[in-house]
Amino acid sequence: MSARSAALRSLFIRHVVRAGAVLVVVSWLVFAATALAPGDAFGEARLERTLSPDAIAALRHAEGLDRPLLVRYARWLQSAAHGDFGRSIAYRAPIAPLVAQRAVNSLLLVAAALIVTWTIVLPLGVWTAARDRSTDGRIVAAGATALIAVPDLLIAIVLVLVAARSGVLPTGGLRAAGGADAAGFAAIADRIRHSFLPVLALTLIAAPPLVRHVRASLLDALASPYVLAAAARGIPYRRRLWRSALRAAANPLVSLFGLSFAALFSASMMVEVVMSWPGLGPLLLDAVRTRDEQVILAGVVLATALLLVGNSCADLLLRSIDPRISA
Amino acid sequence: MTSGLGPAIGVAAAYLAVLSAPVVAPYDPTAQHREHPLAPPTGIHVVDREGRVHLRPFVLANGADGAARAYPVRFFTRASGDVEAPSSVRLFAVDPPAAIFLFGTDTLGRDQFSRLLYGGRISLGAGLLAAACALTIGVLCGCVAGFFGGWVDTAIMGASDIFMALPWLYLLLAIRAALPLTVDPGRALLAIVLVIGIAGWARPARLVRGVVSSVRSRDFVAAAAAAGASPARVLRSHVAPEAFSVALTQASILIPQYTLAEITLSFFGIGIGEPTPSWGTMIGAMLRQELSVAHWWLAAPAAALVGVSLLYHATADALHRRALTMGVTR
Repeated sequence: MSARSAALRSLFIRHVVRAGAVLVVVSWLVFAATALAPGDAFGEARLERTLSPDAIAALRHAEGLDRPLLVRYARWLQSAAHGDFGRSIAYRAPIAPLVAQRAVNSLLLVAAALIVTWTIVLPLGVWTAARDRSTDGRIVAAGATALIAVPDLLIAIVLVLVAARSGVLPTGGLRAAGGADAAGFAAIADRIRHSFLPVLALTLIAAPPLVRHVRASLLDALASPYVLAAAARGIPYRRRLWRSALRAAANPLVSLFGLSFAALFSASMMVEVVMSWPGLGPLLLDAVRTRDEQVILAGVVLATALLLVGNSCADLLLRSIDPRISA
Repeated sequence: MTSGLGPAIGVAAAYLAVLSAPVVAPYDPTAQHREHPLAPPTGIHVVDREGRVHLRPFVLANGADGAARAYPVRFFTRASGDVEAPSSVRLFAVDPPAAIFLFGTDTLGRDQFSRLLYGGRISLGAGLLAAACALTIGVLCGCVAGFFGGWVDTAIMGASDIFMALPWLYLLLAIRAALPLTVDPGRALLAIVLVIGIAGWARPARLVRGVVSSVRSRDFVAAAAAAGASPARVLRSHVAPEAFSVALTQASILIPQYTLAEITLSFFGIGIGEPTPSWGTMIGAMLRQELSVAHWWLAAPAAALVGVSLLYHATADALHRRALTMGVTR
């Protein structure tokens, strides 16, 4: 046991080192790419007649945009290590609190969608696998397959249009206007009402392929020789399904859990924009539109970091529950 | 569904339709018919008021005197008043002042049907080119990594790790940020194709590398090498066929995904800009026009997107099943 936990600890350290390396490379690539791109945040300012070229040069100097690339990156890396991601030129505010608030909103959405998705996917996947020989199971499986083919963007748009027409649910935002004053139960109810639509959209996007995968891995497990042997020994079907097959299928399911986190995280960017959820997605999109390089950098690095943490958690979980995989 | 031929033909038909847009579309996609904003689809009649059946379909419009008159639909004709390309032959057209809007018009009075076809050229074309770009980079890198192994393999797979570590849409935005915001449509299309191609090379590279290195370790390849076959020959006659099967299945998965990526970027306003039509900008316009149930014809690009997507998924399914039955492992 102790040897195993030591192995897990060294694996954890390896994960951290690898994640750090990936983050440095990603931040350098994004930094260099955005810095080398033609135009910067003051590109539009040239059109302003009242600003002389000297004034624009002074502004660029004040923001440090006229320094060599490597110097700027080194300075950025140094301050980022201290939790300071610079200032947003468009928002005229420090980036770290801005991005942190948005990341929390994104994570809340993704976490809620992850929970809802898996509470639906697991029973539905098992059910469709168990009912593989009958019509109703096949119909649900076919429905999941059809939903996979519907583009994510359209799922979100259709939900917004339906909600806008029915007027039952809010189609955007985090809380009602003046909702910050509400307290206790009313505030929570308001939050749930506002997150209902984006969570539903993410679930409809993420769940269908997962149902298919869960069903496939369970069908694989059910067809394996030891389940057949269990059947031959007279173990009832339900017990075979829940005890033997589901346990054997747990391994692919945990790696699937990690993958679903990545998929939800990416899809949530689009859903946030369509449903005006104040997460990382709209912030990053605005930053690309206004060439707010520091915000792009911070947003991409943070999104990558969150995804790396999610993937590492899934991997560590997988290795700690499955003794067949050496840690 | 099982043969995969039907869906594949459907996909090919969609590409044929958008490729022949200059002939099939009755109007220029940017031409604004200001007198017909948000016009519903034009009714095409074959039976007139007296109950006579006409072989040539006609549309109704108010003539110069204000009275409704019938204008016949002319086929394979030069549309009069065609400013854009006066010499081009159109599949069908009607004489002004009548107009034929098969899928209605948008808020600026632009013909939705023509915009759908021209927009499909951009959206479907971008998906196809981007997938070709990603697959070319991916297959090359995957073959090199899988065939040579060692530090080359480590370096390429490490790079692909970084691209896979980024959430897909965030990666697209990050690469998009490196390109100028406002450019002409041609360059914007090129930029989108490059952005998606660069963002997407990692997954095909991984799959191809897996296939190549597994083929390489098999006995018949070792036998070929022992018999004196050159690396190029081994690559060509043993590795390439299996890699090709993977690439084909990947293409059927990636093309719709990348088509959607172009549509999403254009929908976000950082892809192909107005007035050049793309299904993304058209879907964005549909969302802004919130009376979309009253103006249901604005949903045409969404319907087209769902149709193409379903066809592609059916094709991908069939290809995947074929690969499985041929015993090729992913």
